[in-house]
Amino acid sequence: MSTPFYVSPQQAMADRAEYARKGIARGRSLVVLQYADGIVFVGENPSRALHKFSEIYDRIGFAAAGKYNEYENLRIGGVRYADLRGYTYDRDDVTARGLANVYAQTLGTIFSSAGEKPYEVELVVAEVGETPDGDQIYRLPHDGSIVDEHGSVAVGGNAEQISSYLDQRHQDGMTLAEALKLAVQALSREPNGGEREIPAERLEVAVLDRTRPQQRKFKRIVGRQLARLLEAGGAATEAESSDENSEDSSDEE
Amino acid sequence: MDFLSVHQPEILPGNRQLPPTQGVIEAPHGTTIVAVTFPGGVVLAGDRRATMGNVIAQRDIEKVFPADEYSAVGIAGTAGLAVEMVKLFQLELEHFEKVEGAQLSLEGKANRLSTMIRSNLGMAMQGLAVVPLFAGFDVDRDRGRIFSYDVTGGRSEEQGYAATGSGSIFARGAMKKLFRDDLSEAEATTLVVQALYDAADDDSATGGPDVARRIYPIVTVITDDGFRRLTEDESSEIARSILARRLEQPDGPRAALL
Repeated sequence: MSTPFYVSPQQAMADRAEYARKGIARGRSLVVLQYADGIVFVGENPSRALHKFSEIYDRIGFAAAGKYNEYENLRIGGVRYADLRGYTYDRDDVTARGLANVYAQTLGTIFSSAGEKPYEVELVVAEVGETPDGDQIYRLPHDGSIVDEHGSVAVGGNAEQISSYLDQRHQDGMTLAEALKLAVQALSREPNGGEREIPAERLEVAVLDRTRPQQRKFKRIVGRQLARLLEAGGAATEAESSDENSEDSSDEE
Repeated sequence: MDFLSVHQPEILPGNRQLPPTQGVIEAPHGTTIVAVTFPGGVVLAGDRRATMGNVIAQRDIEKVFPADEYSAVGIAGTAGLAVEMVKLFQLELEHFEKVEGAQLSLEGKANRLSTMIRSNLGMAMQGLAVVPLFAGFDVDRDRGRIFSYDVTGGRSEEQGYAATGSGSIFARGAMKKLFRDDLSEAEATTLVVQALYDAADDDSATGGPDVARRIYPIVTVITDDGFRRLTEDESSEIARSILARRLEQPDGPRAALL
């Protein structure tokens, strides 16, 4: 009879975290940014059918990086939670905070239960408010913690580098085209410092637009509309690029 | 909803046990709903009265609801149950759309509503029936369609126009004489208000336009742009122009004799 090796709890948890992080890092990154009229989700996704972003409820959107079947499971759970809440009480009683808490509980339980493998996912739950001050963005890493984010957030493979890039450049009150442009720039950064081109057909873009007249604020941006926005963002930044350069140099001094 | 029936069956309408009762339970009833198709869409409208026996229970009840972006339900029958049924129906369509990433077909929606009415059969036999009218724009076939139901959940597609509720006989008579294949959207909205006026004329449970209180029928239009409810100004405009004509001709427009 063999005696099992003793593994310290710290080591066991560290191994599980390492496993989950590696799984998440294999996937492409995605970013979530606040802009003047709402929140925009941008990610690289070659698939038209398997979405990284989706609608949970009227004002709540969901973004996930990592393993598809695992986050799809969580997404459907979230839709059920939100719909049941809204039906039993009122549509206003469904909040991103409540949903984020449920996700945190689920992820935390799975992460620390010895019988299951940890989920290799990192989620973002965002809610668009009546005004930019009311916007909420929560990031939920694999271990079930909740991070309250402002302005911009990146999850997935190259997240640290992308989020520091975004933190430096993101401003409040950007237009959608500007925010989209910034998001694509951030996503196209390689870990080794280089840049690559992401064609429009590989981009998945969705918004929570507070100016939408419908109750449900989530909308996917595809096809012509996406091309138009990318063009608008490109034109605007080119026009400003000379000013920006001079500003940059003055900052450095 | 399958998930709900396992998870929390008590909040589904069909799963409630009724205490045995004698006779009919008094509860507010909604009355007349009418629908008309026109090239490019469909119009669904309802009067604003709810009655309880001989009493007018509510003057400004709303009985026409959007089911989702491309369809709407108008309800006649027990108001409380009907409103709950519509709420559950809306929830189901939205839930399906979010989980599957695609909308149900119009036919699928109509069938789903049929099942929900059937689950209410026990209540219906105690006098608490719900009989909706379902109208929507079929995106695949590119035209408006109307489905009517009976208390047992029997579903039938109606061509051109349909009505349900206590005033439906009179409304249908009016629509039969006024309906044409080539109505414009504006003509179709006028037609439904005419039909509701005729229903209110002959049926005590149907409310006509209430000019003093500014309560006008609810008129909704569904086209390929989606669901739209006419604003109060728009529907009052239609009702007032009809009223003005009826001052001269109380029975409304005359159809040709031959």
